[in-house]
Amino acid sequence: MTLRRAATAAAAGGALLLAAGCSSSSFGSNKTESQDSGGKQSLTVMIGSSGDNETDAVKKATAAWAHKTGNTVKVVAAQNLDQQLGQALAGGKPPDVFYVGSGVFANYAKGGSLYAYGDQLPDRDDFSPSLRTAFTYGKKFTCAPKDSSTLALAVNTALWKKAGLTPADYPKTWDDLEKVARKLTTKKVAGLVVDSSYNELGPFLKQSGGWITDPGQTAVTADSAANVRALTFVKKMLSEGTLKYPKQVDTGWGGEALGTRKAAMTIEGNWLTGAMASDYPSVGYKVVPLPQGPAGKGTLSFSTCWGIANKSAHHKAAVSLVESLTTVDQQLSFSDAIGVLPSRDSAISAFRAKHPGSAAFADGTAYAQGPVTVPGFTKVLTQFDSELSQLATSDPKKVLTDLQTNGDQVLKNGG
Amino acid sequence: MERDGSGPPAAVRDRTAGAPGPLGDGAGARPGRGGRGRTAAAGRRGRGVRDHQGRWGWLFATPMVVILGLFLVLPIGMAAWVSLLKWDGQSNPFSGAADFVGVRNYADLLTGPGQDRQLFMTSIRNNLYYVLLVVPLQTVLSLGLALAVHHRRVKGKGFFRTVFYFPSVTSSIAISTVFLFLFQGSGAVNALLKWVGITGPRWFTDAHGLVWSVLGLLGVVDPDKPVPALAAHGFLGLSWWDWLSGPSIAMCTLIVLAVWTTSGTYMLMFLAALQDVPVELEEAALLDGANRWQSFRNVTLPAIRPVVFLVATLGLIGTWQVFDAVYVMSQGAPANTTLTPAYLSYTAGFQDADYGRAAAIGFVLLAIILVMTLIQRLLLRERGGGRTARRPGARGLFLRGRSS
Repeated sequence: MTLRRAATAAAAGGALLLAAGCSSSSFGSNKTESQDSGGKQSLTVMIGSSGDNETDAVKKATAAWAHKTGNTVKVVAAQNLDQQLGQALAGGKPPDVFYVGSGVFANYAKGGSLYAYGDQLPDRDDFSPSLRTAFTYGKKFTCAPKDSSTLALAVNTALWKKAGLTPADYPKTWDDLEKVARKLTTKKVAGLVVDSSYNELGPFLKQSGGWITDPGQTAVTADSAANVRALTFVKKMLSEGTLKYPKQVDTGWGGEALGTRKAAMTIEGNWLTGAMASDYPSVGYKVVPLPQGPAGKGTLSFSTCWGIANKSAHHKAAVSLVESLTTVDQQLSFSDAIGVLPSRDSAISAFRAKHPGSAAFADGTAYAQGPVTVPGFTKVLTQFDSELSQLATSDPKKVLTDLQTNGDQVLKNGG
Repeated sequence: MERDGSGPPAAVRDRTAGAPGPLGDGAGARPGRGGRGRTAAAGRRGRGVRDHQGRWGWLFATPMVVILGLFLVLPIGMAAWVSLLKWDGQSNPFSGAADFVGVRNYADLLTGPGQDRQLFMTSIRNNLYYVLLVVPLQTVLSLGLALAVHHRRVKGKGFFRTVFYFPSVTSSIAISTVFLFLFQGSGAVNALLKWVGITGPRWFTDAHGLVWSVLGLLGVVDPDKPVPALAAHGFLGLSWWDWLSGPSIAMCTLIVLAVWTTSGTYMLMFLAALQDVPVELEEAALLDGANRWQSFRNVTLPAIRPVVFLVATLGLIGTWQVFDAVYVMSQGAPANTTLTPAYLSYTAGFQDADYGRAAAIGFVLLAIILVMTLIQRLLLRERGGGRTARRPGARGLFLRGRSS
């Protein structure tokens, strides 16, 4: 009996010891590491890559910096960035530099995982203001926007001609948009295909004079009359069948619908150009600015920033690396490789000259609305997307009231 | 010795039975005591051996105990602790850096009005309909398949067994992807339906509940216009209209997928059980005038009852944890009608960085599975009366079959 008890106790004790060892190695301390000031530092960069083009471009750029400074850089292309980064942060050994999407930025910043280095950058004022706002947390410009993307209207030129339309008919207003969409819609082609997400339908809110939050992201302004007007317009086009969601035409996103000629028009960002060139090179299209709404112009911009881990021991080297990755020349060469817009105002005009076909995207940066970066808002926006996908059979007012209620609750609970 | 309480009756019993005691007539008076003495001694010796055995047992079991403790018991304990925290995944949850919020995560899911409860209850509703359809369907289908390939006169049994088992050995991710294509709006399923003159639904975008869709076809309700009486009132954050909607059309594809992929595995279990049922029993029943159905209902089914329970239990546990098909095919869309607690837990953790809520969802799910399994055990319990009543019947058939 005693023996058995002793054995049990020993086993339990052993397990506890193992557990203690395990937990201390996997969860590390919460203190910031002491900084490495040596000459040869080894940095890890984790990216969520869109493909080989992007991975190679980042590898080339970081290798150039490493060569110049004598440090070494390892680039890791994550399969699922949010999940892998989440695990690395929880494990206490995050990569030194990593992509931070606008969706997770606020959560990371709030959790103290990001080293706020924005104010150390000599050219910080050159970054586009809407993106600087998006990547500011607690009044500190936290991380440098890697690049930017805006939304514009892409038109299939062949279908446009076939419907008897000319370049003079590119829609300038919502009414124009509705009219041309009606003309372009046939049995096999939807006039306009837009993703059922606020990321693509959001411009209508802006054009109507509304948005999800106030400019400082301190209050939710979802149930405004302007927003109701925008969604009512979208719903009207949906029920007419002139606007369809990609899934309704058996495609994954607007670009695929445009490329497979199931859509005559789509609203997408500048990632569209790369996909069209590689997947549908034979489809002719033109990118034009989005039509204006009752309250004027409106588009959205998206970005990812170069995050530096608070727990990294290489803050100085990492800032220097990010500086080299965000120079005007480097941003332009990223643009060439992966079709993104530079995030710096001074690089935009050079980009326009180099890529005249993407001028509409570049022009959008001047008035674009940046992404929502409120801690804990991911689930609110996911729910909003989910309800937008059912907009054809639901009440725009209810969709926006739900967004308002859910958003208010998150703001009230502080994320 | 003779005054020993238990001695005489035993001796009397021996004598009345006319059988001499093992130690001869004279010893017949003492078997009780002698026996007791022997067992006591054997017991003492036995305990010594068992002590020894115990030590060796522990030694051999140690690797498994450590592995189970380290990778099962301990993480469950850690997750239980995390479910009481508001933890964003960016600090050490065991250092006090994360806020301890007590049962607030559970309260948000179960009692507090708000988005968390609404999503959780939606996922529970979805999964409940999923379980209610998948478990009976897969049990019946796999039993049917097993009966088909068990039949002695079927040719090419090995071939069919392999074919039926195939979906089970194929990666669920691959099958899910194939289903995505099959059930596209212009996919193979809708093309087949078109042949017979039916316009198929857009499977993965149709959020209408099956119940309301069927009633809509009959002209009873309009699936797009909730009945005000049902929509206005609700329970746990969902309206009655939502609770009663049944699985959405999109969820039905997941149900078909689950039934198809799992039935092969369960078929194997049923097949093993069927092969254990004595052939004589069934033959006897047939000779006794029972038709196929009666012999299946009264002989075969009672004989494989434990396996039916096993399959139903495994099915129940598996279906409450459905994740991979949702992750690959729908991510909860359309309108959250394919959201399941397991997938919600994943998004709560890795998308919303709310690991406390994610862990709480996991524990509520565990509780649901335990309760459901208990209920099922009660329902499928071997009822004492029923069993004894049935068994003589079977035996009667058997005996009469023999004698005739």
